[in-house]
Amino acid sequence: MAGTAVRGRLTWQTATVGAVTDETARTRTLRLEVPDWPGHEAGQHVDIRLTADDGYQAERAYSLASAPGEPLAITVERLDDGEVSPYLTQDAQPGDQLEVRGPIGGYFVWEPGSGSGAPLLLAAGGSGVVPLRAILRDRSRAGSSVPARLLYSSRSWEDVIYQSELGFPADGVQVIYTLTRSQPPSWQGYARRVDAQMLAEVAWPAADKPLAYVCGPTSFVESVASGLVALGYPAGRVKTERFGATGQ
Amino acid sequence: MPPGQYVTADFPVLSAGPTPHTPLTEWSFSIAGGREPKMWTWEQFRSLPSETLTTDIHCVTRWSKLDTSWEGVSLDVLLGAVDYDAPYVLAFSDGGYTTNLPVADLLGGKAWVAFGYGGAPLGAEHGGPARLLVPHLYFWKSAKWVRGLRLRATDEPGFWENYGYHMYGDPWREQRYAGD
Repeated sequence: MAGTAVRGRLTWQTATVGAVTDETARTRTLRLEVPDWPGHEAGQHVDIRLTADDGYQAERAYSLASAPGEPLAITVERLDDGEVSPYLTQDAQPGDQLEVRGPIGGYFVWEPGSGSGAPLLLAAGGSGVVPLRAILRDRSRAGSSVPARLLYSSRSWEDVIYQSELGFPADGVQVIYTLTRSQPPSWQGYARRVDAQMLAEVAWPAADKPLAYVCGPTSFVESVASGLVALGYPAGRVKTERFGATGQ
Repeated sequence: MPPGQYVTADFPVLSAGPTPHTPLTEWSFSIAGGREPKMWTWEQFRSLPSETLTTDIHCVTRWSKLDTSWEGVSLDVLLGAVDYDAPYVLAFSDGGYTTNLPVADLLGGKAWVAFGYGGAPLGAEHGGPARLLVPHLYFWKSAKWVRGLRLRATDEPGFWENYGYHMYGDPWREQRYAGD
């Protein structure tokens, strides 16, 4: 497959925080104004670097939440013992400056031609929804009619990121939730961790040659990716992005 | 600690696709590109002399894990069984993953094909039944599910290197991406 190889040097650039939006109690979307942003593809991430007054620096990677062509944005989940996410989710104010470099990653990406019209299966565990949201936004902006399903596993309804946006999906997009820890009264949807039966019900049949993107904590990605392979998805059509150093 | 890294007690998993599960009866390790191709079955591989070692590992995504314990066959043993004259290898794995390394970084007690972790067989999600272990480079060079090496005259980029990651990947010089 063709890579979006970035063989040039990735330099740190100054980003100015723009609008900030609280998505849930633990997650916040931050717009970043980067004057010389080279553009990106849906699914890519950036490195963020913070420098303390004493010169101490901390860097972390965050998936881009915005589609190509939109104002650059990241959505960050606060980790209580994190070095970077508490600042980004609680303290950062419009006008603050930080450093960013990217875009990074050329495998877990989607562009309107990906999959040659095959249906798109997106599976998100928790904040793994961020790069998949960028894919859905890119799909809409590009006017793609590729059928898409997002299976979104979240602890509770209050933890669902992009709740209002995902409540009005574009034509051809279905959003299916599973709430693993607590559910609102009269919840009719799934209420368990993703398992083989759920995948069999939600995932496009393998015969449709779907293209799958799976992002979330390691245990989620392991179980979804192996479940899709068991349903007949070729391993090469199941792209994964795992985050794990956060204790799930 | 190398610059820009933080210590984790977890053992995070990063890979680009589903975890392959190759039965040991179908597993082999091969080295191509020497004067004669060389191949070991699992049984032959496990009868080679192995070593235990404790080392720190450093992932390009910034976690480092300290004092990890491994068991594996030294690349000195494996490459010592081959007559070759190439300065580079492309390691290849089940699932299609590849990564490039200089031969010099695999010799001299610096690299292993590891089959044990923490006193137990290496789990599939961490690259079992066997993975490359090159702890002095960023951990993407330690290819999971490794099945062999192709000796090369030139340094050709592997999977992540093709997507802009550094050709060499020295954590102490923070060589994360091309140009670092």
